Amino acid sequence: MQRLRQGRYRIVLGFLLSLSLYAQAQTEMDGIMMSKENFCSGIVYSHNTWKEYWEGTFKRDNKNIGTVSTNMFAFMGNYGITDKLNALIGVAYVETKASAGTLKGMKGMQDMSLSLKWMPIDLKIAKGELSFYGVAGVSLPVSDYVVDFLPMSIGLGTKNLTLRIISDYQLGKFFATGSGAYILRSNVKIDRISYYTTEMHYSNEVRMPDAMNLNFRAGYRSNALIAEVTLDQWKTLGGFDIRKNDMPFPSNEMNATKAGIGLKYTVNKAPGLSLIGGATHTLSGRNVGQSTTLYGGAFYVIGFSKKNKNKSDNQKTNK
Amino acid sequence: MKKNIHQSCIDAFFLLFALFCVSCNKSITERNAAFPSLEPVKIDINAGSWKPILLTTAAEFAVAAPVAVTTPGYVADLNEIKGFQRNLTEKQKEIIRYWSAGAVLRWNEILRQLVAVHNLAPYQKEDGSYPIPSAANPFAYPQFPFSNPPYASRSYAYVSAAQYDALVAAWYYKKLYNRAAPYRVDSTVKALVPASDLPSYPSEDAVVAGVTVEMLKLLFPGDIAFIQQKAEEHMLYRIMAGANVRSEIEAGEALGRQVAQKFTARARTDRAGQAVGTPAYWKSLEDSTIAKGEACWISLETPKRPPMLPLFCKVKPFLFDSLTVIALRPPPPPLTNSEKMKTETAEVKWYSEHPSRERIRTIHFWADGTGTYTPPGHWNAIAAEEFIKENFSEVRWARNLALLNMAMMDAGIVCWDAKFFYFNPRPSQTDPSIKTLTGLPNFPSYTSGHSTFSAAASTLLGYVLPDRKDKFEKMALEASLSRLYGAIHYRSDCEAGLASGKKVGEYAVQRGLTDGAD
Repeated sequence: MQRLRQGRYRIVLGFLLSLSLYAQAQTEMDGIMMSKENFCSGIVYSHNTWKEYWEGTFKRDNKNIGTVSTNMFAFMGNYGITDKLNALIGVAYVETKASAGTLKGMKGMQDMSLSLKWMPIDLKIAKGELSFYGVAGVSLPVSDYVVDFLPMSIGLGTKNLTLRIISDYQLGKFFATGSGAYILRSNVKIDRISYYTTEMHYSNEVRMPDAMNLNFRAGYRSNALIAEVTLDQWKTLGGFDIRKNDMPFPSNEMNATKAGIGLKYTVNKAPGLSLIGGATHTLSGRNVGQSTTLYGGAFYVIGFSKKNKNKSDNQKTNK
Repeated sequence: MKKNIHQSCIDAFFLLFALFCVSCNKSITERNAAFPSLEPVKIDINAGSWKPILLTTAAEFAVAAPVAVTTPGYVADLNEIKGFQRNLTEKQKEIIRYWSAGAVLRWNEILRQLVAVHNLAPYQKEDGSYPIPSAANPFAYPQFPFSNPPYASRSYAYVSAAQYDALVAAWYYKKLYNRAAPYRVDSTVKALVPASDLPSYPSEDAVVAGVTVEMLKLLFPGDIAFIQQKAEEHMLYRIMAGANVRSEIEAGEALGRQVAQKFTARARTDRAGQAVGTPAYWKSLEDSTIAKGEACWISLETPKRPPMLPLFCKVKPFLFDSLTVIALRPPPPPLTNSEKMKTETAEVKWYSEHPSRERIRTIHFWADGTGTYTPPGHWNAIAAEEFIKENFSEVRWARNLALLNMAMMDAGIVCWDAKFFYFNPRPSQTDPSIKTLTGLPNFPSYTSGHSTFSAAASTLLGYVLPDRKDKFEKMALEASLSRLYGAIHYRSDCEAGLASGKKVGEYAVQRGLTDGAD
């Protein structure tokens, strides 16, 4: 039988200086599908901080902001339309704060995302199992939040169309997953009618470069426990550097390479309940903060199928 | 039921997908790219008799009479135009289209960009002190200048005032020599800009280019290569467009450069060079405030940064003398330990803690902080977009911008006088729990610079365009309140700033009423 697993979620914190603006359900990057007519949903909390940041390639701190922290609360859901087609939804609330200086943080509902994940190919190869996935997702702001007040803004305000390809190989209890995505980003509107990038612009609209993302994850994966290491790279395809002692701007070239660890534990005594946690750290970057993120969350599966009406049934289908 | 859920999921997704694709055209419409060619409704043929600012008379600098249009020299000049017009490239047509919006307008835009490029406070040294930009070494970090609002206001004023005087002189000679434009002299020369009856010797465009280059050599010395390139493009455009022959350009450029000498000489001795002050002077400001029994302003930056240009208040104004600066000083702000100050601080805190989206829009619209063309630049942009609708002649454009920018520079001087005379703390110093919704400027609170600049500007613009007086006043009030909303100014800073800005604006109006242009 094809491999079906209970969905699990994790936030991969995005970029920007405050580095938690781009919430993305990890399920958009992993090699796991929700089985048909099951709905898994949950809440994730993440805490992201940075003290040093890259102004272009110049790494510095700034005692007028101290440490910038970002808290995010996200709701995420994954519904198995079929065993090979899942619908993913997410919505996030974000708040930011600077530990020094006078700048006031911001807070509010950020973006929502909706994706379809499809597994067209699932093969037995050698002693393992190789599968391929395609993910198409859109995300867009759910409030009129301020984008032009970095690093205190809670998001970049773009509408995104993300197209991702994933390959996953599992051998016994060990797995490796690689994926790559292209993110088409819309322009954004700001509250002023002119701005300087590398030249003056007389418009309230900012041209936002597209971006790409590469993600690699590997580790141990069983029904009860997943433990993995991750490496993630985000690259903005265009944009410009923050000048010395200037403010950041939404269309800066924001790049980051991050390493992380992740855990997921499925609670035996409460079928359908799982807990997740993990951390990431930015190894290198450009026009972003060198952030460290800690996160944790809880998810619960509800079965809608008559023949599959409780979660323990679903658990059994998992390998 | 299940099918419905599945179908709705998929439908919703494709709907979002479709919405996204509709909104993904990335080209941006920039307002200044669509400016039309300048086609003045009046040529202001008598502008040579308007009152100049520094020139003793419009004829102070001699311009030799042009040669007759029948001479071989002029014929050769016409052939140059015809040579260009035989095969203009798309790039050259684009250059013509760009500059045809107007010389004063485009140079004002270029100046706004230079201000934005240089409006970055220097990064601290290892020992926590701050380097000061040096005009003698403009390329070393921190690059010269740091075009903060006072520096910017003075730059706009000098450039606009010098352009005005140079154009008054140009108009004097235009009327005197009455040389027709090349497209009037030779019907095979095409007018690629709107044709005009204005005499074309000396070229008004070249006058503007010449005078502006000389002013910018002083004000933005590190950018002269870029500026010179723009000037050459600008002057060549007039030839390609059939609007001037080369000898008209040369005469205009020379006149512009000469007029600039009067302004650069004034600028070198107007005390702006000493406006940074010295550590001893910065200390004396604190001591004298404490001696009065008042809390004194302290930099809230880390490391502590010296206040921005404390001696800008001693710079020589354009519209009145230095004693008038003192006479225009507003009454004292509420005492720092008074009940009134407590009430005002509480009001600032309320705005800090209750930001509405609309107020944030207002704050950011008017912030004009780091890396921008500053509040005086914002008012230049506002004025320019209004003036375009009026189709002023170049000399009237320059006159109106000169009045506007002299008003804002002098408003800056009066405001800086109040700031450093009273040396009052910012709200976040009085109550450290007050968080700001925009960057906190590194100089004292009373009076608000935005309010002073904006009231001076709106007063002058209300005189130039009386049908839009209410609109400008509303904008100034909004700019002023944006600083209270942003939690960086008390209400009394804003009100006092508006009041003294208006008084300064009236001086500019008075000058306008008597300069012969109305």
